[in-house]
Amino acid sequence: MATFVIRRLIASVFVLLAATYLMYNLVALSGDPLKDLRESSAPNKEQLIESRIRLLNLDVAPPLRYFIWFAGVLRGDFGVTVEGRSVNALLEQALGSTIQLVTIATIVAIFLGLLVGITTALRQYSGYDYSVTFVSFLFFSLPIFWVAVLLKQFVAIGFNDFLDDDPQLPMLVIVALTLLSGALWASIIPGEPRRKAVMFGIAAVATAGLLTVMNLTDWFSYPAITIGGVAAMGIGTAFGFTALITGLKNRRALIAALVVAALGIAVYYPFQYNLSFFVTEWWMLLGLAALTALVSGVVGFVVGGVDKGPVVRVAIFTGLTTAFVIALDRFMLVWDDYANSGRVRGRPIATIGASTPNLEGSLWVQGVDIFTHLLLPTLALILISFATYTRYSRASLLEVLNQDYIRTARAKGLSERTVVVRHAFRNALIPIATIVAFDIGGIVGGAVITERVFGWTGMGQLFQNGLARVDPNPVMAFFVVVGGLAILFNLIADLVYAALDPRIRVN
Amino acid sequence: MSNTLIPEPGHSAPGVTDAENNLELREIEGLSQGQIVRRRFFRHRGALISMVVLAFIVVLAFSSVGLSFSFFGIPIRTPGWWQWTWTQIDPPQDGGRPTLSLIPRFLGGEGLRFGDHPFGQDEVGRDIFAVVMRGTQQSVVIMVVVGLIAVSIGTVIGAVSGYFRGWRDSVLMRFTDIIITIPVIVVGAVVGKAVGNQGAFALAIVLGLFAWTGLARLVRAEVLSLREREFVDAARVAGASNRRIIFKHILPNAIGVIIVNSTLLMAAAILLETALSFLGFGVQSPDTSLGKIISDNQAAFATRPWLFWWPGVFIIAIALCINFIGDGLRDAFDPRQKRLPGARTLAKATRRAKSSA
Repeated sequence: MATFVIRRLIASVFVLLAATYLMYNLVALSGDPLKDLRESSAPNKEQLIESRIRLLNLDVAPPLRYFIWFAGVLRGDFGVTVEGRSVNALLEQALGSTIQLVTIATIVAIFLGLLVGITTALRQYSGYDYSVTFVSFLFFSLPIFWVAVLLKQFVAIGFNDFLDDDPQLPMLVIVALTLLSGALWASIIPGEPRRKAVMFGIAAVATAGLLTVMNLTDWFSYPAITIGGVAAMGIGTAFGFTALITGLKNRRALIAALVVAALGIAVYYPFQYNLSFFVTEWWMLLGLAALTALVSGVVGFVVGGVDKGPVVRVAIFTGLTTAFVIALDRFMLVWDDYANSGRVRGRPIATIGASTPNLEGSLWVQGVDIFTHLLLPTLALILISFATYTRYSRASLLEVLNQDYIRTARAKGLSERTVVVRHAFRNALIPIATIVAFDIGGIVGGAVITERVFGWTGMGQLFQNGLARVDPNPVMAFFVVVGGLAILFNLIADLVYAALDPRIRVN
Repeated sequence: MSNTLIPEPGHSAPGVTDAENNLELREIEGLSQGQIVRRRFFRHRGALISMVVLAFIVVLAFSSVGLSFSFFGIPIRTPGWWQWTWTQIDPPQDGGRPTLSLIPRFLGGEGLRFGDHPFGQDEVGRDIFAVVMRGTQQSVVIMVVVGLIAVSIGTVIGAVSGYFRGWRDSVLMRFTDIIITIPVIVVGAVVGKAVGNQGAFALAIVLGLFAWTGLARLVRAEVLSLREREFVDAARVAGASNRRIIFKHILPNAIGVIIVNSTLLMAAAILLETALSFLGFGVQSPDTSLGKIISDNQAAFATRPWLFWWPGVFIIAIALCINFIGDGLRDAFDPRQKRLPGARTLAKATRRAKSSA
């Protein structure tokens, strides 16, 4: 195993070196780096040209200049840009910004993609399956910059206009959403037409009721989940996770989950109006999440009985979801202050940049600010990768469901839940895990267009500005990071595959 | 007594009853592989509709505004039936609003008419229909050229490295690794910056030179498994040369992988070109492309949305058609694919089985 990893790493380093050489020459030869100076009318033109040539060693031919650059990289110095700024500093700032942009988009896309892919595989050839297939083909074919402009127009400007004066959902929207959610649930739930009709009714009534209540309580101006919402979500997820992971017959799991949900409801008021003011740093939020997981795990362990593993898992998932809902409610608490603050002026959804400049406020206000700035680019990124993950997870699960051992599992009388969750789902995840690992390596470089449209000063901008000025140094800094990540995650994908699938041997 | 209902235990796929299996067997009885594939493809309704739509778009784009390119320095122009060209300037009428109307008069619309500028005009007065048609031409040219070049290179490299293995495989695959390490949009932008002002054709050729890597890997994997099959041994024993074995025996059997992935590659090529033109590293002025139209006009969305809708619609239409055709081809070439007979066909088969028993 170790020799495999080392051999692969050495081979990868050589591949990356060759790729950087190719890339450096392509960039350096793609235009004239002195074009702007040659066309300028500055009196000291010759002098400027001379100084730039000296700054960037332009008198050395690109195939040889590469080695000057490479010697710098070995010392950890990516050189300077055309303007004489240090690429290292630019890179550091750009990488942070891009990682902030793509992390949430990737997580949400993977989660949604898996969820939708799995449900379509389980309901193969249903109306739901066909619609999702069509939609994912549509997403495949969407140019991301086109979607981005549409998002700016309708989600940002349109929604801000909607929020501007007394936001109330129009009746038509409520009816449309009601029918949509009814149809969605009816097509996901299996069974006879009668059962589907009942499901349609329940989903439609629930949606219509929720939207009406939101309208009546002026929810869009003063969003809140309140303790009622937290309780409903907590108890709902307790039942949901129990049904999914152990089945509702496992009373111990259900009790553990409900205890965790009750704990969440109990800390709601103390947290919202007292404890949360002490949370001033992001790591504290992460610490609270870890604490939640720990407490839930302990509850699950104590209640667990003989088969502790699944019970602990149910408890942890329930605890984290409840905690997430409570945190969400806390963010909503400052929404009104944020939206009407002097910097934002009632138009909360931002179209450009990563944060509101000079915004003062607690961690919670900063969080809302990040959310409003991330919303549009994240949506744009999700649309594209969502389609890929849906198709892959659907294909993967269908492949597994046709295996003999699934038939064996069904034949020996296991419930459909056990067959799908324990036998099929886990094995279907193996190929998806490698695809995910592979994709994560590519996303830092894949957000170039999204960054451009939404004005993020990230890796994409580093690349684009460098290329536009025929300046290899920033472009190469971009490429070393992107290519290095791609190669690293490629290796991780192979190792994950070998670790998850005992049939694969690496040597 | 129909011989199509003999049960074949052990041969049926999980979940497929013998009746279904035999229905399917009867359907492909006596047909060649090509006929089966064609039959399955034409049954895929999405793919069929997509082919018609794509053909319509291509004919529309190339016939309406005519061709204009230079062949070794000689400018070639063919006339089109549309009254404007993409460079002609006609003072904007009614703010350049589209004159196309599809809502009949009795429904409160302005009746069916195309008018002078069905897709509207931009701020200087160019006819957007002509501009979009020119952009569509560019996209189609890029799609076809990138597809042809990338498929030829990818197939040959994949076949050679898979068939010969050994040092040729190592060298070619490491070379593929080097190219594949560079993200397509990055290498596309770099080469696009260098050759974008030479027109779409040059851009397409250069993009094709970098787009073959994924296909090469897939073909290599396919050839690696095909070369161990008996028919290859038989060909070798009969004295066939390596070249003959690769091109006459192995590649025809890998055609499914090649065709399906070339369609995906072509759809990706269209989106790549539009993205590059959007970033300013693709087709350059005075020529135009669908991505460039959107890029030039994105700020005008609030005042002139038609400058934005039409090019987007055509990009999506072309890419969607290609993706659906690819899906149809994948279904058609997949030997494991089972077309589930409808409930009525099954019931009929069961009834027939009962009455004959």
